[in-house]
Amino acid sequence: MSTARTFATARRVLLQLRHDPRTIALMLLVPCVLETLLRLIYARHRATFDQAGAPLLAFFPLTTVFLVTSIALLRERVTGTLERLLTSPLGRLELLGGYALSFGLLAAVQATIVCALTLGPLGLRVQGPVALLVVLAVCVALLGTGLGLLASAFARTEFQVVQFFPLIILPQLLLCGLLVARQRLPGALHAISDALPLSYAVDGMHHLSRQVGAAGAVAADTAIVLAFAAGALILGAVTLRRQTN
Amino acid sequence: MTACASIAEWTDGPAEAPRADDAVRFDRVTVERGGRAVLRDIDASFATGRVTGLFGPSGSGKSTLIRAIAGVQSGVRGTVTVLGERPGSIAVRRALGYMTQSPSVYEDLTVTENVRYFAAIRGAEMGDVLERVQLCTHANQLVRNLSGGQRARVSLATALVGRPRLLLLDEPTVGLDPLLRRDLWRLFGDLAGEGAALLVSSHVLDEARHCDEVILLREGRIVAQLSPEELSARTGTDDLDEAFIRLIERR
Repeated sequence: MSTARTFATARRVLLQLRHDPRTIALMLLVPCVLETLLRLIYARHRATFDQAGAPLLAFFPLTTVFLVTSIALLRERVTGTLERLLTSPLGRLELLGGYALSFGLLAAVQATIVCALTLGPLGLRVQGPVALLVVLAVCVALLGTGLGLLASAFARTEFQVVQFFPLIILPQLLLCGLLVARQRLPGALHAISDALPLSYAVDGMHHLSRQVGAAGAVAADTAIVLAFAAGALILGAVTLRRQTN
Repeated sequence: MTACASIAEWTDGPAEAPRADDAVRFDRVTVERGGRAVLRDIDASFATGRVTGLFGPSGSGKSTLIRAIAGVQSGVRGTVTVLGERPGSIAVRRALGYMTQSPSVYEDLTVTENVRYFAAIRGAEMGDVLERVQLCTHANQLVRNLSGGQRARVSLATALVGRPRLLLLDEPTVGLDPLLRRDLWRLFGDLAGEGAALLVSSHVLDEARHCDEVILLREGRIVAQLSPEELSARTGTDDLDEAFIRLIERR
């Protein structure tokens, strides 16, 4: 594994984004707009905002990074750059590492901005350390990279890859404990929810927003999310076949 | 020249003995795509330090043959040996420059950014590749804003970085003006002179005159492998299109 090639790839992905400022603006601003909207919806129910606002901070990086990664990789497949990279000394894990690094960085920026807005002007109340919130968001972004990579392996066109969003991400949102607390889900659904990574990210956010001194519990949730991210990245590397028809 | 086997040898003779300077060697290679044989029973080799042209009509299997050498083609039966190694092995990937048929570069990066990235993953410097493909004046333009021919040359430049020992160029001159085409063929000759092995595909038979040796491919089979001079001599015409027709009709 060469860090030079991984960094070169991360730099290239970020340069591509830099030439597309509208995408960057959308990635950074849309979560802010949505948190503001949530705050306005619950203008008279501050407690509900506290409950829903924090978990959403974990959901944004998953959405953004999943979509960007899956489409970026699909484009590499369609335009032939991926085939070319696979004939170069660049290893598959180095390529994926480059993607994870660049989008992880972007997610950190996104999380910092959204957290600053949500905890500042919007007045979301959390008990745990704010830094952990950002760390958890970055781990969720790595998960998004891994899942996006996997989705792109099963899609041939942009139309197909976008359809993986409702398939892979939305069920996680429904079952993560945002709508109904996970303990109150019917048995089978609770079991499914236990197997989905977003559940642990949202658990972590809940701990941060409700409990004083929950750092240990949050760290455990973060570790689980990270393990899922690593699993998805490795599976993604496996699905990245050198030989195609 | 050992590689200039006669047509009879290519059709029913025994396979050639391996040569020391073989860059790539095919032994009884067949490639199937979607249940159809795209390449059939290919026995061929080409040497380093030379420009080998791969000619044939669209659909004759040129790209498939190149992809088999690059190690990205599935369904390959038989043995392909590249620089003494297996296609796709790390040793081959370090030595290979591969230009795909459609320009495979990043449209949302500038020319320089593209070349820098491909140089970085090969652990090389940019060097003089932009001068060699005559793109210095466009160095800071986004590839998205370039013409088709210019994009093809960006793609070529990214294949040339790091002085690869083996260059696989899939239709690098298509759509370019005659002056530029001539210059590129000169460049290919220079690169061969510097010791690289080049396999350059084209469907314009007239370009065969720029090659040290040509492989003629039709319907997934090798029709002949010989020098352009021999092709003219054997078929009694300088018109390379006509020579190709005579070769096929004689079979």
